[in-house]
Amino acid sequence: MGALRILVCVKRVPAPGARITLTADHTAIDVKNLGFTTSPHEECAVEEAIRLVEQHGGEATVLTLGAAEADEQLRYAVSVGIAKAVHVTHPSLSGEGDWDPQATARALAEAIGTIEAADGAFDLILFGNESADAGGFQVGVRVARTLGRPIVNGIKAITIESGPAGQPAVSAQRESTSGFEVYNLDLPAVLGVKEGLNLPRYPTLPGRLKSKKAEVAVHTVEPTPGGLLTENFDNAAEVVVQTTMLGTGEESAPAIVDLIERLGLL
Amino acid sequence: MSEILTLIEHDRGEAGETSYQALGFARALLAAGVGSSITAVVIGTEADALVADLGAYGATQVVLLHHTELTDYAPEAWGDALAGLVASRASAAVVATGTDRGNEVLAHVAAASDLPFAANVTEIRQADGPAVELTRVRWGGSLLEQSRLDAAVLVMSGATHAFDGDPSADHVGASAAVDGVEATLPDTAARTRIVDRVTLSSGITLTTAAVVVSGGRGVGSADGFAPLVELAELLGGAVGCSRVVTNNGWRPHSDQVGQTGKRIAPELYIACGISGAIQHWVGMMASKHVLAINTDGEANMVGTAEYAVIGDLHKILPAVSAEIRRRRG
Repeated sequence: MGALRILVCVKRVPAPGARITLTADHTAIDVKNLGFTTSPHEECAVEEAIRLVEQHGGEATVLTLGAAEADEQLRYAVSVGIAKAVHVTHPSLSGEGDWDPQATARALAEAIGTIEAADGAFDLILFGNESADAGGFQVGVRVARTLGRPIVNGIKAITIESGPAGQPAVSAQRESTSGFEVYNLDLPAVLGVKEGLNLPRYPTLPGRLKSKKAEVAVHTVEPTPGGLLTENFDNAAEVVVQTTMLGTGEESAPAIVDLIERLGLL
Repeated sequence: MSEILTLIEHDRGEAGETSYQALGFARALLAAGVGSSITAVVIGTEADALVADLGAYGATQVVLLHHTELTDYAPEAWGDALAGLVASRASAAVVATGTDRGNEVLAHVAAASDLPFAANVTEIRQADGPAVELTRVRWGGSLLEQSRLDAAVLVMSGATHAFDGDPSADHVGASAAVDGVEATLPDTAARTRIVDRVTLSSGITLTTAAVVVSGGRGVGSADGFAPLVELAELLGGAVGCSRVVTNNGWRPHSDQVGQTGKRIAPELYIACGISGAIQHWVGMMASKHVLAINTDGEANMVGTAEYAVIGDLHKILPAVSAEIRRRRG
């Protein structure tokens, strides 16, 4: 397999672990005190693209659909080693509101089509298995289908190799309850990856400096809304539990074993 | 008559713990006024034996989809086969349980049929003609979203553990008519399929263990997990951990419980030195009983656990293991 052209699609989301509060009318999340990051599965997709290019040569591009603020996530990807960045946007993507999954997928497929028409096809396109915030579980599949390429989700290991006829291919592993499943796909292909694929690196100082000056290609798309309309949000009900204290320190060991015994687990 | 096509997930003929929850979701849809009957869809010849029971879960019809390419799980082929049924029958909805596979197959159905798809629905609030007002989960379960799904055929997955997975009390002894259907698949359908399986653990796994001893930041290091491993082994359980642990490289990611890790439902979850961020909590909230061990009595995990012990896990866990050995003689 020669030099690889890889595309990673990422989404800007509130930092995992942050407490999500809602606006007074419950139609949006309150972003005032929130830190933002790249959705965790996609952070690993970025790292994997860098590693694959390090191994096989080629070039990795990062792409996002989002408001102006998502520029931060593109530059972060550049700071850890991605070569090119593409910002797909539209004025209606202000703040942190999302387009619905169909509109998102159509916009991504259109932008990818335009890039590929100019620069050639991507051998591999990586998506996160699902976004950490909206969790729609579909944008990667829709884009792959539109592009006519195979896709498998839930991937936690990727190896570029040659297929039985010597054609460029990828072997991908998906976790199962007892181990993993192996899928072989001819390139070009699309994979939906999961956290645990790798441990992402941190940016270096030269990387950060480079990312500040990096050129981000901006690609404007028109929204084509689909049939799932988000109306408002609610925090999940707080769980109210009467906690039974079994004691403090190692003196509580007999009480803990009593509990295990009572539950029939001893 | 409009059917609710209900995918019964299975792995080479074996149904999983959440497989029948799809039928619980379908019954909830009927009750909300969506569709007029439930048709269970079983894909692949290996699953023929699954169909016998489905009537007791409320299905009045079973479609067995056969094709030479449908021998093992294949996301595109399963999606295409189900999309073919949607195109050829009068369906009100296509549903599955919101597992990784269930959501993946429905994404393919929706993409192939150019339909919207709502993943991880917890409630149908109102049926409104062909549209529905629904509630679905975001952030792995910590935020609820109220949406309107408007489409000729409603493609939806039911969030795991949100719907009943048991046989229906209204359908005791009921049986369903079984119809074998040869699926029509495009040539490309076979390109994504399982070509090999690697078994790493044949015994107790994190997702099947009755007891999970799980550690967080408070464990302090990779070596700090030794007393957790010891207790888990004594109880025939498994070791789990929070996201900070895998990010620090103390445990493999396959041990991670939470939004970006595994969803588990053991009899007893022992949370050691885990603060209990919402992203962790959504991975273990289906546990039957939770015991928190933490030095900080104010930790979230202590407040939401059924049982708690305040103290140093490195002293408490060895004492618990010693006590178990003593009682067993």
